[in-house]
Amino acid sequence: MIVTINGAAHEVADGITVAQAVRTLTTATTGVAVALNDEVVTRGAWETTELRERDRVEVLTAVQGG
Amino acid sequence: MDDLIIAGEKFSSRLIMGTGGAPSLEVLDQALVASGTELTTVAMRRLDPASRGSVLDVLRRRGIKVLPNTAGCFTAGEAVLTARLAREALETNWVKLEVIADERTLLPDPIETFDAAERLVADGFVVLPYIGDDPALARRLEQAGCAAVMPLGAPIGSGLGIRNPHNIELIVEAASVPVILDAGIGTASDAALAMELGCDAVLLATAVTRAQRPDLMATAMKEAVVAGRLARQAGRIPRRRYAEASSPMTP
Repeated sequence: MIVTINGAAHEVADGITVAQAVRTLTTATTGVAVALNDEVVTRGAWETTELRERDRVEVLTAVQGG
Repeated sequence: MDDLIIAGEKFSSRLIMGTGGAPSLEVLDQALVASGTELTTVAMRRLDPASRGSVLDVLRRRGIKVLPNTAGCFTAGEAVLTARLAREALETNWVKLEVIADERTLLPDPIETFDAAERLVADGFVVLPYIGDDPALARRLEQAGCAAVMPLGAPIGSGLGIRNPHNIELIVEAASVPVILDAGIGTASDAALAMELGCDAVLLATAVTRAQRPDLMATAMKEAVVAGRLARQAGRIPRRRYAEASSPMTP
């Protein structure tokens, strides 16, 4: 199935979790937050939240700004 | 100097720093240390696997409290989501709420900002909204439960100083939460003026990070904020139209 991770389309296996999607970008688990279709997924739910076709995943971190 | 207190938390420095515009994390690190800041903003962006080093490491190493902002948001909905993501990533419920109206001026959108502030306060956030120099809006945001108000001196990064000192004074007079002059500071005298007008703190970034010598300008800003605060507390003399002799006139 196709999901969007940080704006880029990815072909992924069915049943991929948020945690697995995050690991395609980083091994860090602190300082990072995830939104799935514009809703926050708390870190405790990363391993148990499965993605569906056409889901949009945003993986954010702090950068210089303001 | 007396402590700055925001939402019950004490800070001995009244200079809040931003981290945007620094050419490197090393330069930023030196500038933050020189500034003496204890509270510093960061932005939230998509994680870039190629980037090396993190502004968070710098802040953690220096014991500086992180203040996430919602820079780049144009709507209340975007700002609320960004604040929630920042809370999740950075484990803080503090947020500098910033909802801009357009990219050319980067001026804050008052309607979206107020909407987002109400939603974030209801969600348990400590909200510090970036606003225009509008006394009426500042009062409404305080009534809505914001922990501080952050009126601009001039547009972000413009270095134009405080364009409407009168409005800043009106905001200060009416506020019972801290007033933090945010945006527009160009040089040390601007920061001193903000404090002389009665602001409780100053937030700046560009004036330091894009100065030719950021660490030196950071020191200047630190001293300016202290000088301005002390002058405010000392109470300046009234302005007079004509001279008033400071020495006895008769020999």
